[in-house]
Amino acid sequence: MENLAADKIGKELRQFIVENFLFGRDDSFSNEDSFIEMGVLDSTGVLELIAFLQKRYSIKMADEEIVPENLDSIQRISVFVTRKLQATG
Amino acid sequence: MCGIAGLWNFNGKLADAERLRQMIALLRHRGPDACGVYTDRDFGLAHARLKIIDLEGGQQPMANGDGTLWITFNGEIFNYVELRDELTQRGRKFRTSSDTEVILQMYEEKGEECVQWFNGQWAFAIWDARKRRLFLSRDRMGIRPLFYARTDEALVFGSEIKALLAHPGVPRELDPVGLDQVFTFWYTLAPRTAFQGIHELPAGHSMTVENGKVDLHRYWQLSFDGNGEPDRSEQRYVDELRDLLTDATRIRLRADVPVGAYLSGGIDSTVIAALAKDCVGTRLKTFSVAFESAEFDESRYQKDAVKWLQTDHHSVRCSDEDIGREFPAVIRHTEKPILRTAPSPLFYLSRLVREQGYKVVLTGEGSDEVLGGYDLFKEAKIRRFWAAQADSKFRPLLLKRLYPYMDNLQSQSPAYLEAFFRVRPEDVANPFFSHLPRWELTMRLKAFFSLEVQEQLKSYDAPAELRAALPRKFGSWHPFHQAQFLETTGLLPGYILSSQGDRMAMAHSVEGRFPFLDYRVVEFAARVPPQLKMKVLNEKYLLKQAAGNRIPPSVRNRPKQPYRAPDAASFFSPDGEARHEYAKKLLSPARIRQDRVFDPRAVEKLVQKVQRGQAIGVKDNMAVVGILSTQLLVDQFMRKG
Repeated sequence: MENLAADKIGKELRQFIVENFLFGRDDSFSNEDSFIEMGVLDSTGVLELIAFLQKRYSIKMADEEIVPENLDSIQRISVFVTRKLQATG
Repeated sequence: MCGIAGLWNFNGKLADAERLRQMIALLRHRGPDACGVYTDRDFGLAHARLKIIDLEGGQQPMANGDGTLWITFNGEIFNYVELRDELTQRGRKFRTSSDTEVILQMYEEKGEECVQWFNGQWAFAIWDARKRRLFLSRDRMGIRPLFYARTDEALVFGSEIKALLAHPGVPRELDPVGLDQVFTFWYTLAPRTAFQGIHELPAGHSMTVENGKVDLHRYWQLSFDGNGEPDRSEQRYVDELRDLLTDATRIRLRADVPVGAYLSGGIDSTVIAALAKDCVGTRLKTFSVAFESAEFDESRYQKDAVKWLQTDHHSVRCSDEDIGREFPAVIRHTEKPILRTAPSPLFYLSRLVREQGYKVVLTGEGSDEVLGGYDLFKEAKIRRFWAAQADSKFRPLLLKRLYPYMDNLQSQSPAYLEAFFRVRPEDVANPFFSHLPRWELTMRLKAFFSLEVQEQLKSYDAPAELRAALPRKFGSWHPFHQAQFLETTGLLPGYILSSQGDRMAMAHSVEGRFPFLDYRVVEFAARVPPQLKMKVLNEKYLLKQAAGNRIPPSVRNRPKQPYRAPDAASFFSPDGEARHEYAKKLLSPARIRQDRVFDPRAVEKLVQKVQRGQAIGVKDNMAVVGILSTQLLVDQFMRKG
């Protein structure tokens, strides 16, 4: 069940990243690839990503949660969002 | 200030005076006051004149005493008075009081080395009718433009590319490599331009053409090879800078028409206006741009400077919509793709100058490069400082000192700031250390290129080409000097002095003059120790010391804010509507597909993002401006049928 939710989140995230940051051009990256190393995210991109996550999953992110450890790949975000959703029940 | 053009047929055909007239007619905005053509069998010169010095006697093309040398000249030789005195003492006679004749006589005296004596901004062609030899030259810093094309049967040259395109042998094709360079560095690597087969004479170069053979040579290069003077006091550096800037400004006020000044509200233009004010007998006239958008507006500081200097000030206010409205005209003048709209307000500013009856202005351009003002220098300094002790907790905190005017960056968590600016170990020794973040960000925009263009560029590496052209001793220079060299020899001539400078001013027949780019100031600044240019993180420290209380404290102590303008907002309103019909048309999927430079689907998604109000970052904004300006370039110069 948890894996299923994470899978769905991963797919949605991939679509969001490809549409908004890659403009539909390249979806060949893996779920573990770093957004920063790929050059996908700049400072504005982080803000866009946070806005998307907060709205789409109705979660609130504290300042200390806005770190690459939580947000720098599809895999990391999926884990982070799943954990947040579980915590809020 | 003027427009020049010329052609040399190598197939024996007579030079067509009508063709020359067509070429120069396209440059009339550079010189609306008079026009002239000269032909000598298969060779011809043309000139469009903006009368500034020797209003009655300076007609061009101009010949020497016996008619064996002919010149067409755009620019100013500011030390022509001193050179003329020296030549007169040696017994030479002058028929005019123009600087043009001084160039001719210096050429007679010194040959092609004459340019070493010139202090100024120039692009000229001298025809030696006896030797049937052509000599072209361009100033040290690349202030005045000069383009040329070698076709199968002719050499064609001129101040702007549009004059060359009047010749049927010159192709009208986009150069994908030039495009790649703009989408990497923001400029093309001279002599390359955005047009296939059309070259620009690089700054600090001359060119000789004889028997159909073209010989390009460098006569000056910015160098940081000197070891400096370790025992020299800071005060002596301050005094010398002040003296040099005072003289650089003084000789740049030489004109037979009144000279005004731009006043942006920054330190550089305020210093120049203050120095000019001391020299002109009347009240100095100053000009500035104000923005409706508060994020970009510097009116507060402009008012402080005007009050302090008591100038007669005039300002033009630009809305976001205004900036987009004139963008097609802007690109018609830049003749290359650009990634920011910043030239557009300067187009309005030169119009204001002209409306006020002025045709010459001093500006503060060049100071950031020469005296170390850019945030990029500060960023490189912090990143290098941090890289020297990568596990430091304290050093990355300095990143907060960067780009205080960029809200998106300032609102980042420390962890993300560190992630964005972290130095990769392999980058520490990279000669482009200072510029890698900017270039890597810009290169991301190449993802918008069509598959066809990407295929053409797949084996091309723009930084590798630049690396191969670096001076031999570049690697031994101080990192601050390496960054200064890249900025002063790259972005300055390739974008600041051209797209933002000459082309925007000359669009309304206005000549810019730049005291900070007097070669004596530039060579002096190259000898100043880096720690006096940026003291810890205090940029342009030496200039601030030299300025003292000549400028208002609010301007001297203000946080550095680079000149910027609204980008995507100039083309799309907050409700997502295209503000201008041309933008809607040129960014449409059908047009993008037809022009084949960009990928229609990617551009469509970018436009949708802009329309949703989500394209708020630097990269998306640069993409919009870069794509639209390229589309305008293709539309205005390269469209077939």
